[in-house]
Formats: sequence, structure tokens, C-alpha cells
Amino acid sequence: MTGIDIYEKVLVVSPAVEIDAHSAERLRFAVDAAFEKSPCINMIFDFAKVGFMDSSGIGMLIGRYKQTEKRGGGLALVNMNNEMTRLYTISGLAKIIKNLPSLDEAIAALRGGAQ
Amino acid sequence: MNRIVLEIDSRACNVSLARVVTASFIAPLDPDVTELSDIKTAVSEAVTNAIIHGYGDNEANTVRMTLTLNERLLTVEVTDNGIGIPDIACAREPLFTTLPELERSGLGFTVMESFMDTVDVISNPGVGTTVTMTKLIKTIESNDEHGSPQDPSLA
Ligand SMILES: Nc1ncnc2c1ncn2[C@@H]1O[C@H](COP(=O)(O)OP(=O)(O)O)[C@@H](O)[C@H]1O
Ligand SMILES: [Mg+2]
Repeated sequence: MTGIDIYEKVLVVSPAVEIDAHSAERLRFAVDAAFEKSPCINMIFDFAKVGFMDSSGIGMLIGRYKQTEKRGGGLALVNMNNEMTRLYTISGLAKIIKNLPSLDEAIAALRGGAQ
Repeated sequence: MNRIVLEIDSRACNVSLARVVTASFIAPLDPDVTELSDIKTAVSEAVTNAIIHGYGDNEANTVRMTLTLNERLLTVEVTDNGIGIPDIACAREPLFTTLPELERSGLGFTVMESFMDTVDVISNPGVGTTVTMTKLIKTIESNDEHGSPQDPSLA
């Protein structure tokens, strides 16, 4: 089950699925609904339970990044495995969205960036 | 030489099945984690494109995936009889997508090209599209030769 929780005023999304076109669309609606009714401006995607992602996931992440930007916040990613990190680099996502080793570092980075 | 053909209905939920079948098909060659992930990702891109671009919203069509192994050379062929691609060179450009409203990133072909050795596209508007990709699956010895920095245990 995908977890969506608020931790330290950040919306933390922890998908527990393979992220492809099918699951990315469901994730998109669930995350946007939670973000909309939350007071959060920042979002973190935790990939600890994601074993697979294709370019549909990249599109979905860019979409969520834009949602946080509208509120003056940002998006950060944590716990990506080597394979996902390669996709993150090849896609150019690395140029706009931060990838950090832990939740606390991601929160600190988002706070820094929001100043 | 070994070959299988998988025919699936054009529904996005079937893409994961194409990935699992591919992973099982190449398992006897003992691909490393990176090769396995590269191939599954490329298959996911090609089959997804056939479903969402080739056939759009129509779920009652068929996508055919043929996997061939010649020694350690994998060939993946994905065919749809959908709308086709009017300008292949343009479609292959990074970030080009005709479905931005579905949050497509336009990176599917870029991913296929990065993760496979070769990618060929044949398409005719109104007739359909065939994407053929190949990748040589390395033996453990040749992986060793090139040195695998991620896995110091092999040293
Ligand atoms: N099988 C196909 N049938 C028709 N059009 C396709 C097919 N595959 C790809 N395309 C076209 O090529 C474009 C780029 O594909 P791709 O790089 O995978 O990006 P994306 O899927 O994110 O749009 C698509 O937006 C679509 O217009
Ligand atoms: Mg695509």
C-alpha cells in the first residue's frame, strides 16, 4: 500500500508499487488529492519500496514538482536504488529535483530551498 | 535460439505482465541487476507506447511482443496496428510527446536508446508501428573484465 503522510510539515509519499503508466496515473490522483487538502508546500517521494520505474514515473514526478512550485515549495526524492538513479540522471530530472540519501536531509534541503 | 510471442490486450495494466515475461525469458542467462532493469525498462516503454499512443483509449486491440534469444543476443519486437507515427525522427527526440496532458515526459525513446544496444522503428500512419530493440547480455566473465565498480565483492 502506498503511504501518504505529513511529517515535519512535508507531504511524504511512499509508493509501494512498480511505477509505470498504469500506477503513475493512480498515484498522481491520490497525491494531488492529499496535497490539495493539506497545508504543505513541500513534498518528498520515498522510493524505498519501489522496485521499478519507467519514464511514466518521470512525467508523474515533474507534474508533482509543478504542484509544489505553485505553492512556493519544492519536491525532493529519497532512497532511490542504483537503477532508478540512472533513470533520474538520463532523464535530466536531476537538474530540477533533488535526490537525497535520507528523509531528514531531504527535509533540510527543502527548508533551505524555500528561503 | 529460443523464441516466445506474447499477445496482450491494449490495457495499461498489462505492461507489468510484459516485463515479468521478459525477465523470466532471460533469467537462464543470469543477467546482472543493471541489465535486467535496463531491459525491463525498455520493454515497459515500448509496450506502453503501443498501448497509449498506438491505440489511445481503445482497450480492445492487441499488442504483440516477440522475444528472441540468439546465444546471448536478445531481440525484443513490439508491434501494434494503431495510428502509426507520422515523423519518426521527431518522435524520437528527447522530450517530444503528443500527450502532455497525460503527463507523458517524452523520454520513452530516449530511455530505450540509452538502455538497449540498438533501437529501430518502422511505422506507417494508419497501419501501425513496430519497435525492434536488441541487447547483448554479457557473461559474468565479461562483466568482470570491464570491472564492476558497484560490486566490489567480485574483485
Ligand atoms: N506505438 C506508437 N504509436 C503511435 N505513436 C507513437 C508510438 N510510440 C511513440 N509514439 C509517438 O512518439 C512520441 C514519443 O514517444 P516517447 O518518447 O515514448 O514519449 P511519451 O510516451 O512520453 O510521449 C509519443 O508522444 C507519440 O506521439
Ligand atoms: Mg513513451
